[in-house]
Amino acid sequence: VIYESSQTAVIVFVLFVGAVLGLSFHLGRKAKSAQGYYAAHGQIHWFVNGIAFAGDYLSAASFLGICGMIAFFGYDGFLYSIGYLAGWVVALFVVAEPLKRMGRFTFADALDAKFGSRGIKLAAAISTLVVSIFYLIPQMVGAGALVKPLLGFSHVQGVLLVGVIVILIVATAGMVSTTWVQFIKGSMLVVFCAILTVLIVRRGFSTSPEVDGKVFHQFARLPAGAFDGKPGFSVVPEQGAWKGKPYLRARDDATGLVRVWRREAGELTETQTVVTQTDAAGKKAVMVNGLPQGRGPGQSDLHPVGNVTKLPGGVPATGPLGPAEFFAVLQESEVLVWGSDKILETLDGKPVDTVIYFQKPTSGASLLIPGGSPTFAGLQKHQFFPKLDFLSLMLALFCGTASLPHILIRYYTVKDQDAVRKSTVVGIASIGFFYVLTLYLGLGAMTGGTLDVTNNNMSAPLLAKGFGDLPFAIISAIAFTTVLGTVSGLIMAASGAVAHDIMTNVLKMELTDHGKVRAGKVVAVVVGVIAMMLGVIFEKMNVSFLVGWAFNVAASANLPALVMLLFWRRTTKEGIAAAVVVGMVSSLGWILLSEATFKSVYGLDPALAPMPFSQPAIATIPLGFLTLVVVSLFTQKPRRI
Amino acid sequence: VSTSDPDVPSELAAHERATDRRNARYGLVLFAVYLALYGGFMAWNVVDPLGLARPALFGVNVAIVYGFALIGFALVLALVYMTLCRRPVRGVDKDPS
Repeated sequence: VIYESSQTAVIVFVLFVGAVLGLSFHLGRKAKSAQGYYAAHGQIHWFVNGIAFAGDYLSAASFLGICGMIAFFGYDGFLYSIGYLAGWVVALFVVAEPLKRMGRFTFADALDAKFGSRGIKLAAAISTLVVSIFYLIPQMVGAGALVKPLLGFSHVQGVLLVGVIVILIVATAGMVSTTWVQFIKGSMLVVFCAILTVLIVRRGFSTSPEVDGKVFHQFARLPAGAFDGKPGFSVVPEQGAWKGKPYLRARDDATGLVRVWRREAGELTETQTVVTQTDAAGKKAVMVNGLPQGRGPGQSDLHPVGNVTKLPGGVPATGPLGPAEFFAVLQESEVLVWGSDKILETLDGKPVDTVIYFQKPTSGASLLIPGGSPTFAGLQKHQFFPKLDFLSLMLALFCGTASLPHILIRYYTVKDQDAVRKSTVVGIASIGFFYVLTLYLGLGAMTGGTLDVTNNNMSAPLLAKGFGDLPFAIISAIAFTTVLGTVSGLIMAASGAVAHDIMTNVLKMELTDHGKVRAGKVVAVVVGVIAMMLGVIFEKMNVSFLVGWAFNVAASANLPALVMLLFWRRTTKEGIAAAVVVGMVSSLGWILLSEATFKSVYGLDPALAPMPFSQPAIATIPLGFLTLVVVSLFTQKPRRI
Repeated sequence: VSTSDPDVPSELAAHERATDRRNARYGLVLFAVYLALYGGFMAWNVVDPLGLARPALFGVNVAIVYGFALIGFALVLALVYMTLCRRPVRGVDKDPS
């Protein structure tokens, strides 16, 4: 879909980012010492820190990814919400307070508090760096996807913009400004999404949702023989890559325009097509629904999608609904969701790539149970590995939160354990409330008539666009600061791992307090540049897939060491270092050798992948625990008699 | 408590250790409760996903009600934990605060 940047959106966006940067510079002047740069002097109020937890945690994956997944596939996206929130239970009840007691600036400090081992510091710092960078990639990819419709920028420009702003934030101020950016963003995100939810529920459902005063395009369904001998039309013969496919291509003899129809259950259903033709010089020409893509005469663009096709009682619209009634009505309705198919062929020696988006009328009841998305489709089939894959992902989400470095460092920005506890509870309240809203937002987007059939990451901002330009501008600006906030938190964590853990504690470089801060800033710039490059390289990858990687690696590498250090007296320093390394390497290795990576990253046949399923946590977390126990038992110090 | 009392630091430390141990115990019990609820839901997803389509409350299905309940229950347990942690620790003679 072609997006035109709106003036309101640009003004609101510039004001937002300007305010955030201004605040950052102002607060940054106060952070002169290492304690101030990395831990905000431990002086952040617990309530502010709690909301900042929400700011840190509700990343592009939560906001753009979950809403998009629900909008396209229904309930499955909400399983991510449940898993992400459940992770906070582990954080609060198991690791928060001991971690605060033991550490100073970073996760490695805490892990190493008892032993003073360089091996532990190095292993923990590397794991922090690896997890932070993996988590940074989807944020940068999300930023690129977001800026495109907002400002009309390309993906690369979007990534560069985020990278430069974040580097400015982190390199000028440190944890104080990062915390305040997160506080503002976290509270605005939750409040604005609550307002949007009220608007969605008050709007109810309609079979022809009106957006910007424009009539919603109703997609046609014709009888199977509609083009048989129809005057003025001819059917293109099925040949080449089209042979045996459930499609009929009808040519309008007067204009030469060819439209693709899908044969389904005795009907022909209207599709939307995007044809990309690459010439010898590598230049691409894009045709949409048979015409060159554009908004001018003789051009065409994709229709926005997402509507209810049948409502209970056959009414055309429900009018305002209650919060429970919203789901009850949807369960009794039929919704038009979309599937896609790809046909690759060569015409006159040039590769032609046709993507067909087709209608899938689906009952509301089946959209509101697990198993509707490709990710969790295995749940409704009697297959062992897809079910194990699901359990493994849910385990990774449950255990990963308490192991994420940018969340862990936030325990050091408050005064004491009591404040840690209170701020975590505030975090759980605000994050939990937001996750409840995600189901309304996602289903509102699914039925609001604004979806871009090619990109589910844009569903939440486009949903807001359905309510006018200003809500769109605000939600896009919030989404952008969401990315900014999470990226700055992650870069802070990575910077602490290198400058504090590796340079100062492992390499024993003698840095003054001022030098430590300067080193942290230099590292922040370097990590920021790496993140920008990866954000460009991984442009085409699914955001949720990448976030899944980060949670799996974080949970496998960090959680066994953290938990055993707290609850098993015979844990040794060798055991901890080994568990971190084995957990990190095994989970990374598993992901790199999994079916999903073979298919999405290497472009290889997924059947060649040696791993039976994609999410490693169910195997690699226990492996981390086992490694720690075995190595610790073999490295016990002799007891004094 | 007088600051010149030589027993104060060790008493303080003992009190803190006892508080930490007790809080950790509360945390683990509440964690186990939540783990059972979360694990139960995930097991249900795997064993009988279609069963989650049954209506539960106000015409809303089990999948949504259980999901919302898991989110709400996390907050309830967090508040219970906070309340429990505020109570004075038994078995320590003096409260140094």
